[in-house]
Amino acid sequence: MSGNMRLREYHAAVWDEPVVMELGHPGRRGIVFGEAEEEVREAVGDAMDLVPADMRREAPPALPELSEPEVQRHYLHLSQETLGMMGVSLFGTCTMKYNSRLNEAIAARPEVAEAHPHQHETTLQGTLEILHNFDLILRELSGMDQFVFQAGGGADAAYTHVCMTRAYHQSRGELAQRDEIVTSIQAHPCNAATAAAAGFKVVTLMLGENGYPALDALKAAVSERTAALLINNPDDMGIYNPEIKEWVRVVHDAGGLCFYDHANFNGVMSKLRAGELGFDACMYMLHKTFGAPKAGGGPAVGAYGCSAELAPFLPGPVITRDSDGYHLDDDRPQSIGRVREFWGNVPQVIKAYSWTRAMGGDGIAEAADLSVIANNYMEKRLLAIPGVTKSHPHLTQRRMEMTRYSLETLTEETGVTTIDVANRMVDFGIDAYWLAHEPWIVPEPFTPEPGEMYSKEDLDLWIDVLAHVCEEARTNPDIVKTAPHNQAIAKIKAEPLEDPEKWAMTWRAYRRKHGGPAA
Amino acid sequence: MANSVADIKQAMLDDIGAKEIEELFEQIPEDHRLKDELRLPKALRSEAELKRHLLDLLSKTGSCEENLSFLGAGCWQHHVPAVCDEITGRAEFLTNVWGSPSSDHGRNQAWFEYCSQIGELVQMDMVGLPVYSYGCAAGHAIRMASRITGRHRVLVPGLSDPERLSVIRNYCEPEEMASHIAVVPIDYDVATGLLDLDDLRAKISDETAAVYFENPSYAGVIERQGAAIAEIARASGAETIVGVDPISLGVIKAPADYGADIVVGTTQPLGVHMNTGGGVGGFIASRDEEKYVREYNTLNISITETEKDGQYGFGLSCAHQTSYGMREKGKDWTGNSTYLWAIAGAVYMSLLGPDGFREVGRLILQRAHYAAAVLARVPGLRIGFPSGFFKEFVVRFDDTGRTVDEVNGRLRERGIFGGKDLSAEFPELGQCALYCITEIHTKGDIDRLANELREVLR
Repeated sequence: MSGNMRLREYHAAVWDEPVVMELGHPGRRGIVFGEAEEEVREAVGDAMDLVPADMRREAPPALPELSEPEVQRHYLHLSQETLGMMGVSLFGTCTMKYNSRLNEAIAARPEVAEAHPHQHETTLQGTLEILHNFDLILRELSGMDQFVFQAGGGADAAYTHVCMTRAYHQSRGELAQRDEIVTSIQAHPCNAATAAAAGFKVVTLMLGENGYPALDALKAAVSERTAALLINNPDDMGIYNPEIKEWVRVVHDAGGLCFYDHANFNGVMSKLRAGELGFDACMYMLHKTFGAPKAGGGPAVGAYGCSAELAPFLPGPVITRDSDGYHLDDDRPQSIGRVREFWGNVPQVIKAYSWTRAMGGDGIAEAADLSVIANNYMEKRLLAIPGVTKSHPHLTQRRMEMTRYSLETLTEETGVTTIDVANRMVDFGIDAYWLAHEPWIVPEPFTPEPGEMYSKEDLDLWIDVLAHVCEEARTNPDIVKTAPHNQAIAKIKAEPLEDPEKWAMTWRAYRRKHGGPAA
Repeated sequence: MANSVADIKQAMLDDIGAKEIEELFEQIPEDHRLKDELRLPKALRSEAELKRHLLDLLSKTGSCEENLSFLGAGCWQHHVPAVCDEITGRAEFLTNVWGSPSSDHGRNQAWFEYCSQIGELVQMDMVGLPVYSYGCAAGHAIRMASRITGRHRVLVPGLSDPERLSVIRNYCEPEEMASHIAVVPIDYDVATGLLDLDDLRAKISDETAAVYFENPSYAGVIERQGAAIAEIARASGAETIVGVDPISLGVIKAPADYGADIVVGTTQPLGVHMNTGGGVGGFIASRDEEKYVREYNTLNISITETEKDGQYGFGLSCAHQTSYGMREKGKDWTGNSTYLWAIAGAVYMSLLGPDGFREVGRLILQRAHYAAAVLARVPGLRIGFPSGFFKEFVVRFDDTGRTVDEVNGRLRERGIFGGKDLSAEFPELGQCALYCITEIHTKGDIDRLANELREVLR
């Protein structure tokens, strides 16, 4: 047990870096392409004459003019002004993992980076073999019959599912009737939002006393209008709905499809299978659970798998195998077509394949164990900190791979909020934690997820920092409320961000609204 | 895994007060549990062994470096400056998650710089963080236009990329849905590839939410009637949405300058490898008017001040209107995207500057037109839309008596990936292929292509 660990004297790099638009000098170049060969120029004449006269660009774009080393240094400075998981990042619902450098090196090879998705399939056999074999691995993990990787993230996989839902019910002549999708308030907002964007009415179930919606609430919600259920389990409070099989039966009896949003797969991988629980489809986030990098928000992959019954509707092309090798099968008359161009963020899929090969079945099972151990270890220590409580404290069973906590008591006692605490923790090199999705069911929430990568020492450090900041909230609340103090910049002013007279999403807008330095 | 060491694992279990790991899974009913061990391939714990395995597999894939490729059609082989790779490979950018405006300041600034530079290229003040792809950007923009106008029809070019159009259809259809937007193709002129304005006038109405067209078009043609199209759209109260390839914007007029209300486009040409199609990304831009900004589903980064005088900070703007803030009541939907490629784009645009964009644009124009001229002299080949294209053009094979599929197969044996076969997509154009020439194709590459085609077609 820690508690006396020395907190690091951390300070972020401060470069006071200007916006790139302010840098450089007219005439400088970061890259040159040169001129076309003489014979080419002679053959076609001046380039601008090849553009229809009224379509030529007259005024050049007001981009910065820098030399290559200036550009490199500027962006290296910006990278250094990014904490970016260099500390301890327990960003709940995102499952932070080590991103293998081997995988980056493999993905940078020309067979991956410089390959084109429209190459003939005979020239893509290695890539297709990897994707097919990874599909088989995901089938084994999920009990589904076919995976595709086109969706560019978890939300895109949810959108894939609602498109599949439309196609499925349309094929049965029931789409006009089935205009409702059921989800829960603890499901990721993208489930509700993609359903609405696809044209469905959204029925949101609220939580019952056990931390998940009551079965009776579900029964009251489903009807002949139900198109699908979109649900996660466990949710991001770490609560597992033990009635989920019954949920699936109820929705199926009503004629709806069941989609398992496996965003919180880490604690249950190797422990259960979506297919065996009765689900028709599920989604894995390869950029979290399967070790591919998150990259600040993509490129990501929402690997989407479904039952054989739904497979004809999958977005194409689907990778298949026969005695001639691997194929990109796009001759699928019932397919929904594309949710995104081409067949996915292939480098990320290869990284995820590599991760599963490095882990093996036993490694994946152990990772699930360790992530649940780590969360329960953290829970014990965190709840010992005055001012920290957890959601649904009356539920005594062990939470899964994360727990939703609240700083409500601390806020009531000190005025320091959860956002203040997150801002102060970064002063100790601890990446900002995840709060909770909207709406906050728990006041002043925070949701750390330790995963299997971080050591006990890392977790102890994280907890010690939180305990220290909570203590500061009582002894010196101003230092917390005005944080950060050791970061690349001070606390930002949020008010201009919501003011149409002041917000500026580009430098052009900024200069127009604020005068700004002359170009 | 740091805590897999036996004594640490035991110590943590002891601290928790659990006798064994199984206790921690007490929430999951017995009949939900997987009974068997996973049947997965044996673990390759050795990095050397794993590397060998991956390399063995990838040796069965051929690249566009080792072959000479003329494939484009939504994913283009451009030069990626080495600095772009260095910056996007930096662990701070590669591994980070959302963070906070102070802790991940540098990344937020890089995102703002990406938006700022896209804004200069397209001449728009409002640029959101990227979405998944060109087609996704078009889909979101069309839905945005539908919300703005309260109308439910969109007119799109008949000569559209089937990939992109399929994405757009998934964002707009089917008609059983309350949110349905009818996707109506507009004819094109078979001689020029340009939009048929008569057909546009015939199909536009007070039900049209938007007219969508691209520059350059899927077939590579510069749509020089942009101002006229925008005028027709405006007269009907419809929004004009223009899709662009930003690498063309050093030489081709910015869409805002011929009447675009919303601009979308691809981000892949700006410093991102093709990545077997995984390099794609899209952007959405518009005027900085609340009418538009309040409809964005993207995450948006605004410059702001900090508590320290004179210091820049960057934070999310208008985030509450997204699904993260309002779930199904938010604007469209929002998720993880391609934000690392935004940083690649920021680096790329900073390296080029105005002169670099002009230079790369000129080089592409000249080499592409040279290629068209050289291929036109190959017996049997004709250029589909012989003037006014940028980097892609249609080559027609009807007079050769061969199919594109057959020709491409023969080229492949000679280390050349021929242009994308359009024959099934646009039967009215006969046997034809879309060839892509960029700054990476030398005169020698183009001459080699022509010579090999001569051989193949002999």
